Amino acid sequence: MLRGSSAVAIDNERNKHPSDVIAAASAARARRSGRVGLATASRSTSDPHPAEMATHELHPNDTLTTLKMESENLKAKLEEERAKLHDVELHQVAEKIEALGQFVMKTRRTLKGHGNKVLCMDWCKDKRRIVSSSQDGKVIVWDAFTTNKEHAVTMPCTWVMACAYAPSGCAVACGGLDNKCSVYPLSLDKNENLAAKKKSVAMHTNYLSACSFTNSDMQILTSSGDGTCALWDVESGQLLQSFHGHGADVLCLDLAPSETGNTFVSGGCDKKANVWDMRSGQCIQSFETHESDINSVRYYPSGDAFASGSDDATCRLYDLRADREVAIYSKESIIFGASSVDFSLSGRLLFGGYNDYTINVWDVLKGNRVSILFGHENRVSTLRVSPDGTAFCSGSWDHTLRIWA
Amino acid sequence: MQDEKTGIPIRTVKSFLSKIPSVFSGSDIVQWMIKNLNIEDPVEALHLGTLMAAHGYFFPISDHVLTLKDDGTFYRFQTPYFWPSNCWEPENTDYAVYLCKRTMQNKARLELADYEAESLARLQRAFARKWEFIFMQAEAQAKVDKKRDKIERKILDSQERAFWDVHRPVPGCVNTTEADIKKSSRMKQPHKTRKVSVQLLRSYVCSATFPCHPCSLLSYTEQYMEYDPFLTPPDPSNPWISDDTTLWEMEASKEPSQQRVKRWAFGINEVLKDPVGREQFLKFLESEFSSENLRFWLAVQELKKRPIREVPTRVEGIWQEFLAPGAPSAINVDSKSYDKTTQNVKDPGRYAFEDAQEHIYKLMKSDSYSRFIRSSAYQELLQAKKKVQLLGDRRTSFEKFTRNVVSVDPSLR
Repeated sequence: MLRGSSAVAIDNERNKHPSDVIAAASAARARRSGRVGLATASRSTSDPHPAEMATHELHPNDTLTTLKMESENLKAKLEEERAKLHDVELHQVAEKIEALGQFVMKTRRTLKGHGNKVLCMDWCKDKRRIVSSSQDGKVIVWDAFTTNKEHAVTMPCTWVMACAYAPSGCAVACGGLDNKCSVYPLSLDKNENLAAKKKSVAMHTNYLSACSFTNSDMQILTSSGDGTCALWDVESGQLLQSFHGHGADVLCLDLAPSETGNTFVSGGCDKKANVWDMRSGQCIQSFETHESDINSVRYYPSGDAFASGSDDATCRLYDLRADREVAIYSKESIIFGASSVDFSLSGRLLFGGYNDYTINVWDVLKGNRVSILFGHENRVSTLRVSPDGTAFCSGSWDHTLRIWA
Repeated sequence: MQDEKTGIPIRTVKSFLSKIPSVFSGSDIVQWMIKNLNIEDPVEALHLGTLMAAHGYFFPISDHVLTLKDDGTFYRFQTPYFWPSNCWEPENTDYAVYLCKRTMQNKARLELADYEAESLARLQRAFARKWEFIFMQAEAQAKVDKKRDKIERKILDSQERAFWDVHRPVPGCVNTTEADIKKSSRMKQPHKTRKVSVQLLRSYVCSATFPCHPCSLLSYTEQYMEYDPFLTPPDPSNPWISDDTTLWEMEASKEPSQQRVKRWAFGINEVLKDPVGREQFLKFLESEFSSENLRFWLAVQELKKRPIREVPTRVEGIWQEFLAPGAPSAINVDSKSYDKTTQNVKDPGRYAFEDAQEHIYKLMKSDSYSRFIRSSAYQELLQAKKKVQLLGDRRTSFEKFTRNVVSVDPSLR
């Protein structure tokens, strides 16, 4: 029941025969012939129907320039079509909703212990433990409620840019400049050397930018500077599915919160946010409205939308069913990039960590900023809301993590 | 900001012995920002201004530490040559030449600060071999400087010093030139965008998208606002604020709160997501002898979570239990899904039962789930009075012990 285009992702590296791909695309279209009728009505008769264009074989005359031109034309047409179906803006519909009151959000815990920039963190499902990783290769597991450190591992590489807690709470995954994602089972025995039990799972050809367990300890989803995302079987290290389609480094990913869904969204240096089907490896939706790298993507709690944070100093909200951007969160006084975003439990608030050391809190529906939080003394590099929404944690280049509520 | 008419007013100030050229005060900056950048709070303006100073776009003329103060402290603009946007990363040899040159100038105001003197000493040791060369460069630069107009020199000297304050900051200050490694490796090689597929775009344009009011987002948010701890303080309290973990203990207990039970009625996903909800749903269906659908659905979810090695055996197990002719917990799927599944099972993968599972899910949603919500079992849970205080007293020490053991062992979750 996935709306949007049934895209056929081309993997230039895999050398699929173009005609197979085009055949698949036209077959997909034929299945939805009813919908094509709806779209045709709004097109001018003079332009060649894109549906017809798609059935053409790739001619030997299709040089890079002609393909590029065609690509630009199609992009413009796509935006035109999307704009025609454009309905009402989110903040207009939200006018009737009550405005939010004043917020008192303070740092409730400060976690000190990293010797260098904190790059990533993740919550445990028990709502109080977290794992964090830093530039000096250290990965630390904390009980954030008591601020005690429970485990610490030193990775053999620096810049550990990604870390994740397993759903069971019994393992953590991390990686970075080593181009790998490794899983460490957490032992209840404090004296046990965690590094000895390390399991190498994912292998990329460039840095690991993000990793996440699916709803199981047995599978990990990764994104990398090599432009791909991949799904791995933890036990065997086998690659289950790879996802090609970004034109540059992939910086972030987030799994859809559904019990039934099988999708995730990724954001990259190509300014695109792509939604993927985990089963087929296809990119099913793509959004390109940011003006610079997308550093963070996060699903809205219902799974029908997602937010992104970018170096262009804006955060944006994309509605998956409407297939377009529905809100931009920006201010003239915010000129530094947003590194990390997450929603509160109801989706009413969007927390954004920025490179200007602050955290901005946005009213998702009305589009205005409700609060600005000071406290960190260097860039905020990572931000996640706890599993039950009672607090959120921010990690910074100032070597600390803070819990806010 | 530097615009003559709308920018910050720059002036030359007469001080005791001489003039201070080309300056403006800290409060000038703050005021300009509030007016031109739509900032309501001066704290925010101060923060942004401090960052701009820390990055080196303007600087305090009498301090190495680059911050902005909302008072009469004097600041000067940095010359574009030294702007960080030029992305020029200076070498230690450049710094050595600069510090060396400073020692050659006989002005009290240009005396090296302690940390600078230490840096110079370190650099002298590091570059001992080529120190003569460095010295010569410093001499040459000092010579050129002497020829400049006095006022111009004052300005350039301060700008050069501010440049080094950004690239070699005072110990304890943030070094704003530090870059994220993910981005810096790309800055060196201009990025090669891989070919975007034209066919991909063609197929996008072919498909129609239906206009969809973002109203669904509104209704979801409104429904869940009472569950959002940032908007509605949790009952009894937010553990992070009160330091009291009662809320978490309540959630871990087998007795769900009224609020939690209410949530199960929002949609079938809420029941399936909550382990207690699942348990209650299963219990209800078992009482009606119709639990095979849910058990099938749960088994397929579990299948997808297991290591790939276990998949073939599990697929076989599920097939035998739920779908094979004469299966003990036979489920009803449409013939199309059944045929497809029969095929899939021959070459078993994690998604062998995908079609069947989707069919069963729809069935549960429209049938079993709605019966559950209307059932007396559910209604009873919903009406149950809060037993928080009573719970604490009634729990025996044995119950507490078993509860703790259960919560640690993950396989029992």
